[in-house]
Amino acid sequence: MELYLIIILVLMILGSIYSLNASDLLSAVISYGIVGFGLVIAFLLLQAPDLAIVQVVVEVATLIIMIATIKNTQRNIPKMELKPKIAVYYAITLIMALVFVLIFDRATGCLNQFGADTMRMAQPYIDGAADTKSANLVTGVVFDFRAYDTLGEATVLFTAVIGVLTILRIKGKKEEKK
Amino acid sequence: MKGMTIIVKKISQIICPVIFMFGLYIIVHGHLTPGGGFAGGVIMAGAFILQILANGNILPKLRKEEEGLEFLESSAILGFLILAGLGLLLSGGVVFFANFMEKGVLGNLISAGFIPLENIVVGAEVCAAIATIFIALVVYKDEVKK
Repeated sequence: MELYLIIILVLMILGSIYSLNASDLLSAVISYGIVGFGLVIAFLLLQAPDLAIVQVVVEVATLIIMIATIKNTQRNIPKMELKPKIAVYYAITLIMALVFVLIFDRATGCLNQFGADTMRMAQPYIDGAADTKSANLVTGVVFDFRAYDTLGEATVLFTAVIGVLTILRIKGKKEEKK
Repeated sequence: MKGMTIIVKKISQIICPVIFMFGLYIIVHGHLTPGGGFAGGVIMAGAFILQILANGNILPKLRKEEEGLEFLESSAILGFLILAGLGLLLSGGVVFFANFMEKGVLGNLISAGFIPLENIVVGAEVCAAIATIFIALVVYKDEVKK
């Protein structure tokens, strides 16, 4: 199983690198889709079907919305010129990557190993979720004693829609009635 | 945005109810099988998006649909808060999201207290939100042209 995971992760990294470097925005969005659908297969391999369903439908909707946005605006990126200080940028990127890798290694060293037994945290949740009489434990956690998180997510979505409507609506509703 | 050919229109007319029913199934069975309010809501929004992509934008119809979806979204999130408040009231003012209904037998369709109700409310909210964003991208651009 880990071999499949490694293959999929390498594919995802390649897709994201291509989508960063593509000069055509449409091909950038489509190669970005590799990342999302690779994540779906990774979730399925790690036995999380709830997350996989959500990820696959959200990915499809996101790709459609992104492609609709690109069709309504422009496809080509205006080229930026970074010539004079390009060595400085590369140096800063390298240093930041090095610092990130060092801190990541330090921070994950004290955690459990990947796939190790973490039931000390999870067992109270599983026991509590069985009390809610919900056969799907994830829903039992998300909608019963983690319902605050769900309320937060729903509020974030609501706020996003209000923001999109406010920015995109050029004609007000009052003007239409005149 | 123009509509597509008659083949795409007919096939989307056949497929869209099936997608919609599948979304409803995912939402209603959220406490028994994988899935739930978020996944089912996005699937239902996918049915709307497929119809708009196939048939093109018929502006007056879409504008009416958008108003209905905005109302559905706002009332769904209000309903979620009302459910939470009912839990607060009926549990004696202790727990905000208290499960105040009878829990029933594990594995039945009507079980697990108010978790199915919450699933339905969140599904309506997510469906309305995603469909509204897509309709806003389509409608407002053509409003400016006229």
